[in-house]
Amino acid sequence: MTGLATLLVLADGRLPAGGHAHSGGLEAAVSSGRLRDLAGLSGFLRGRLATTGRITAAFAAAACVAARTVRAADADADADADAGHDDALDRHRLDALDEGLDARTPSPALRRASRVQGRALLRAGRAIWSVDPAQRDRHHPVALGIVAAAAGLPPAEAAVAGAYGTVSGPASAAVRLLGLDPYGVHSLLAELAGECDRLAALAAARAGDPIDLLPADSAPLLEIGAEVHANWEVRLFAS
Amino acid sequence: MRPDPQVQNGTGSHDHGTGPHEHAVDEVPHTHPDPGVDPHAPLTSPVPGTTRPVRVGIGGPVGSGKTALVAALCRALGDELRLAVVTNDIYTTEDADFLLRNGVLPADRIRAVETGCCPHTAIRDDISANLDAVEDLEVSLGPLDLVLVESGGDNLTATFSRGLVDHQIFVVDVAGGDKVPRKGGPGVTSADLLVINKTDLAPLVGADLSVMARDSAARRGDLPTVFLSLVDDPVAGMVADWVRGLLPARTDRRGGPAKLVP
Repeated sequence: MTGLATLLVLADGRLPAGGHAHSGGLEAAVSSGRLRDLAGLSGFLRGRLATTGRITAAFAAAACVAARTVRAADADADADADAGHDDALDRHRLDALDEGLDARTPSPALRRASRVQGRALLRAGRAIWSVDPAQRDRHHPVALGIVAAAAGLPPAEAAVAGAYGTVSGPASAAVRLLGLDPYGVHSLLAELAGECDRLAALAAARAGDPIDLLPADSAPLLEIGAEVHANWEVRLFAS
Repeated sequence: MRPDPQVQNGTGSHDHGTGPHEHAVDEVPHTHPDPGVDPHAPLTSPVPGTTRPVRVGIGGPVGSGKTALVAALCRALGDELRLAVVTNDIYTTEDADFLLRNGVLPADRIRAVETGCCPHTAIRDDISANLDAVEDLEVSLGPLDLVLVESGGDNLTATFSRGLVDHQIFVVDVAGGDKVPRKGGPGVTSADLLVINKTDLAPLVGADLSVMARDSAARRGDLPTVFLSLVDDPVAGMVADWVRGLLPARTDRRGGPAKLVP
C-alpha cells in the first residue's frame, strides 16, 4: 500500500526527470505570437490537457496496469519457478502501447521529445524505485506507467500525474519565458485540477481497452509548432 | 601586476592521511576534502568492459570565458586524450557552434543540451539531460578518457551536482570586477579549481590581481586558483596540467603513452 506522498514525489516538477527543459509546445506558440498573456496561456493549457493530456493519462494508466502485472509475474517467478502466469502478453502490451503513441504522434520532433523525457524518467525511476533496467527507451506516458507501478502507485494515480504534467510543464515554462504572474499561472493550474482528476478516472476505467480504442485526440498546431521549433537555430527549450 | 607563482595554494600541503595515493611528479598540488577517503563513487560506464571517463564541469558567470577555456583545453588535450564536450548554453548550440567553428574538436565529439531558461537547473537540480548526453557520447564514440561539461553562463551560486561531474572548475574574469572573489558564493568558495581569466585586461579595467589572489586564498583555503590569460597562453597550460592530474595513470590512451609534459 502506498500513500499520497509517493504520488507527490512522482508528480513534483522538481523530480529530476528532465521536464524543466521542455515547454510542451509553449515556446513555439509564444514565438508565433499566438500566446502572449494569461488568457492565451489558459486556452493553450485547456487545449493541451484535452488532447495530449487525455492521451497521456490513458497511456500512463494502461502502461501502469501492464507493468504491475509484469512485476507481479516476476515476483512469482522469483518465488516459484513453476509459476503458471504467462506475462508475455503484458510485456508485449508495453511495446504495443509505445507503438500506439508513435501512431498518435505524427511529428518526429514530438516523438523524440517524448522518448527523451521517457528515458529521463526511467533513469530517475531506476535510481529511486526498482524499475527494470531493461526499460530504457519508452515514450513518456509509458515510462510514467512503468515508474508509477514501481513506486507502488495504482493506474489512476499514474494517469493523474500524467495529465497534470502535461499542463504544469508549459505553465512553468510560461513563467520563465513570458514573465507571467506566477500566482495567475498557478490559479490556472488549480482551475484545471478537476479536469485532470476526471481524465485520470476515465483513463483508469479504460486501462485494459484495446490500444486502438484508447484516446487519439490530435492537436495539429502542437505538431506543426514542434516541427518548426526543432529547426530553429536558437531556442531555449528542448521542445 | 601578476601574482607569482600563478597557482595560489594556501599552505601547499598535500596530506592524504594513511591511504596509499600516488601522484605524478608534475601534478599540480591539490588537496582532498576528506583526507584518506576517496570521495568518488566507483566508475561505471555504459560501454561494457570499460570504466567511465573522468567528468570535469566548467561553470561561471556569463562572458567569463568558459567556452574559450574549453576550446583551449581541447587544443591542449585533444591529441593526447580521448576527449568529448557537452555544452549547456542557454541558446542551444551557440557554444557548440563556437567549438566547431574554431575547429578544436570534431562535431561528433560535441553535444549541446537545452536548459529551458535554467542553466543551473540542468547542471545541478535535474542533471538527466546532461547524463544522457554524456552517455550518448560514450556509446557513439567508445571509451573516453575525459568529458568536459560546460555550463551555460549563470551566477556566482551555480555549481555542478556531484552526480554529474567528478571535479569542477569555476571561471571568473577580471573585467567582472576584482571584488568577485571576495563576494564568494559556492562557485568561488567550493570549486576544485578557480580560474581568474583575462588577466591581460586587468590594467585596462583597473582590477588589482593581488587583491583577487588574496581574497581567493581567504575564501578557498587550500583549494587552488589559477590566473589565466588566453592571449598569452592559448592552450591554458596551467589548467590543462591540472586536468591531466585528475586522470588515472594510464598508458593505453590514444597514440600510446600519454605525453604528460607542459
